[in-house]
Amino acid sequence: MKKKFNLFIIITSLSFCFVIFYKGLNNSNTYAPKIIDKKNIPIFEAKDFNSNTYLNSAKIFEEDTFYIVNIWASWCVPCKKEHPLLMELNKNQSVKLIGLNYRDKLNNAKKFINEFGNPYSQILIDNNGTLGIEFGAYGIPETFLIDKNKMIIKKFVGPINEKIVEEIKLIIK
Amino acid sequence: MKIIKIFLIIFLTQGISQLKSDEKTNKLKSKILKNIRCLICQGQSVYDSESDFASSIKLVVDKKIDEGISEKQIYEFLRHKYGDWIIYNPKLQQKTYILWLLPLLLFSLGGAIIYKNLIIKKK
Repeated sequence: MKKKFNLFIIITSLSFCFVIFYKGLNNSNTYAPKIIDKKNIPIFEAKDFNSNTYLNSAKIFEEDTFYIVNIWASWCVPCKKEHPLLMELNKNQSVKLIGLNYRDKLNNAKKFINEFGNPYSQILIDNNGTLGIEFGAYGIPETFLIDKNKMIIKKFVGPINEKIVEEIKLIIK
Repeated sequence: MKIIKIFLIIFLTQGISQLKSDEKTNKLKSKILKNIRCLICQGQSVYDSESDFASSIKLVVDKKIDEGISEKQIYEFLRHKYGDWIIYNPKLQQKTYILWLLPLLLFSLGGAIIYKNLIIKKK
């Protein structure tokens, strides 16, 4: 009886460990933060790309419309890939695009915009990446959708694609 | 001469207290950075990493400490932005009950088995 009980304990423990490790191995080891709750936009002050003056977040997001905040840089290859889609989104009247130029050289960023077009109604400079941290970003490109109540309702990690553009269009309609 | 001596003492005392305060701030900063996970690195803390993400976090933590924000509030800020995963030391909450209580349970179970085998058998 005792032997059977010990065997049962051993088998149960081993099965438990197997299930835990099996589940762990199947999980992706790349972390992508999920937006479960809506979050308020951060309160910040940032330098404007064109005028070189400081603007606060209340002024940047003052209009009663949807906003898209896109983090980009001229050195970021995936940013070039998603750029035509941002140009397409810019044609939509119900959304305003704000660009966050991340750890970039001003001249290179200007060249990028001149070459590929400017989809942004405003571009902010994030020289040291701290503005990106305020938004909860951890890499580029990253895109945030902000609703009329100034809440971040969606976060897209990596370059946006046609499917994401359709999803955004559906929300802002 | 006396005035110079007094001035020198005040100057030295202030210098020492400034050094002590800087040392305290640096210790706090290191402690916080070691407890923050670098989300884009493999198994590295922000303290150990030189990635863009880690250096931005370091600047944010620096700024928050300068503003007089407490260690707990800094963790809360990062948790709010990135979720529980960013902090190495997980909070005791419904999701982490097993994580915190399982070692205690196993320890108690092990203790009970040892007690049963060693002490009761002796009697």
